[in-house]
Amino acid sequence: MADRRYTKTHEWITVDGKIATVGITDFAQSQLGDVVFLELPSTGRKLAAREAFGVVESVKAASDLYSPVPGRITEVNEKLSTKPELINSDPYGDGWILKLELAGDLPADLLDEGQYKTVTEASAQ
Amino acid sequence: MTEPLSFELSRPAVDPPRLPDADVSGPAPSDLLPKEALRAKPPGLPRLSEPEIMRHYSRLASMNYSISENFYPLGSCTMKYNPVVNETAASLPGFAGLHPYQDEDTVQGALELMWRLERALCAIVGVERVTLQPAAGAHGEWTALRMIRAYQHSKGEARTEVLVPDSAHGTNPASAALSGFQVVEVKSGHDGRISLADLESKLSPRTSALMLTNPNTLGLFEREILDIAELVHSTGAMLYYDGANLNAFMGICRPGDMGFDAVHMNLHKTFTTPHGGGGPGAGPVGVKAELVPFLPMPTVERTNGHLMLDHKRPQSIGRVRSFYGNFGMLVRAYTYILAMGGDGLSQASQDAVLSANYLRKLVEDDLEMPHDGPCMHEFVASANRLSHENGVRALDIAKALLDRDFYAPTVYFPLVVPEAIMVEPTETESKATLEAFARAIKDIVAQAKTNPQGLHDEPKNLPVGRLDDVAAARRINTYLQGQSEEPVLRWKAPSQSPG
Repeated sequence: MADRRYTKTHEWITVDGKIATVGITDFAQSQLGDVVFLELPSTGRKLAAREAFGVVESVKAASDLYSPVPGRITEVNEKLSTKPELINSDPYGDGWILKLELAGDLPADLLDEGQYKTVTEASAQ
Repeated sequence: MTEPLSFELSRPAVDPPRLPDADVSGPAPSDLLPKEALRAKPPGLPRLSEPEIMRHYSRLASMNYSISENFYPLGSCTMKYNPVVNETAASLPGFAGLHPYQDEDTVQGALELMWRLERALCAIVGVERVTLQPAAGAHGEWTALRMIRAYQHSKGEARTEVLVPDSAHGTNPASAALSGFQVVEVKSGHDGRISLADLESKLSPRTSALMLTNPNTLGLFEREILDIAELVHSTGAMLYYDGANLNAFMGICRPGDMGFDAVHMNLHKTFTTPHGGGGPGAGPVGVKAELVPFLPMPTVERTNGHLMLDHKRPQSIGRVRSFYGNFGMLVRAYTYILAMGGDGLSQASQDAVLSANYLRKLVEDDLEMPHDGPCMHEFVASANRLSHENGVRALDIAKALLDRDFYAPTVYFPLVVPEAIMVEPTETESKATLEAFARAIKDIVAQAKTNPQGLHDEPKNLPVGRLDDVAAARRINTYLQGQSEEPVLRWKAPSQSPG
């Protein structure tokens, strides 16, 4: 998808009007392995760009999740609490993590697909 | 085959267990405890005859795996053979029968052993004094960081950050975080060694200490250690040595001479005290002169041949362990050091390095070696290519080794190597054992190319097969979140059959 943007910390974001959807990338889920648990925030919470909002835990590792953009959480993917495997099976679809109402502009440091690919290739070595 | 619990083997027809009569007189429990705290009926202990209970435990023991039976190449853990003479010394009645509240005058021998062990460890790692109290390596890390912090506070400095390399043992950042420091990661360079440029960029007046192990967790000697020490000290920070890898160079070089200010040692790794199964461990910490006033108390002091415990240490960080540490382990380690002697210890380290390099050479065509050799006392291989090409991961290789009567190496550590397999053979293994292990690796890698599914199904020869760790972790989480009533595992009493 052309309008999907990425972070160096392996989150993705898509924007529809004022609402941004956030998840973790396919590369992130493949590196983590089977996801077993997510610690997620409540709706209404305000996040700054790059603020940690939760934790994703696999059998291999636990990683912090960071918000790519500033905003207020409007929705959290409740399905993930009983089906964390959605992160593995459909990271860009049913495995979305939260929706935010954007506050301000998109940060300039978001990556496009080509730039993100460079990041993943560097860390795969 | 699994073994039932002793509760499941219990037979009502057998008399309840009889405990020996108390050999001390004193008030009855009913005189001391309120009525609601007293049992109305005897506890429901399993009812088995002595031969039955003996066989139950013997069967369980036969399922165990230990260094006394076979090779245990668990990287970073130094699973060397634990000599029996250590046990003989530790079970001498004059040591084993001591009570920690005995008067100092009646335990001069035990205090002398502690005093002498401290001197021996000081000589081995090159420090001024050693505390024997910490009960494990991570406990030693924490103790050292408390001392470093107390020292810096005494100079009016409030440093808040601890630097830890990206290849470090997980205990390093954990100890730093537990001690209230911010953890800052230092990157490794392409050769697997710490990047001096990255270190320099992360050092600041906020830096309290750099925690380092040498050789590092990739089994590589940090050749630039003297430059690293100079850089760290130039900012007023201290250098901490994680002693997990001390087995690589006993009697050859010393952390103190490399510029480390505080050093922990794992007696259960380097000095042959039991390891695993609860040990217990022992993680003494050695320090340079500046840190001596901050050592945990009491210290053991000797004046005119009389030994005493010194509690008058105003700058001490206090006690870090009840009584005097895991004393039985101190006896074992001292026995080992005396039995080996200085030459013996340096020979042990040279043999440990030789074993690792020989084994590395034997398997270098089967597994990838992400960093150039030679290595020190351990090496890190990778199953990354096998995992991509044949779907056989480091975990599968580890499980397949269990089926071939070996313990598995450490896998997925250090984190900087994908599909890591970390092998530390130690000096106590014969050439024949190393070759047998290499043959097992070759056999598994050959099978990975012809029948990968067979490897996914291993282990098949053990009492328990491959566990579904994903399902277990997911289910325990649903339980913890209150979305399921039952945890994954809960023992239920078998329904009583008549008779």
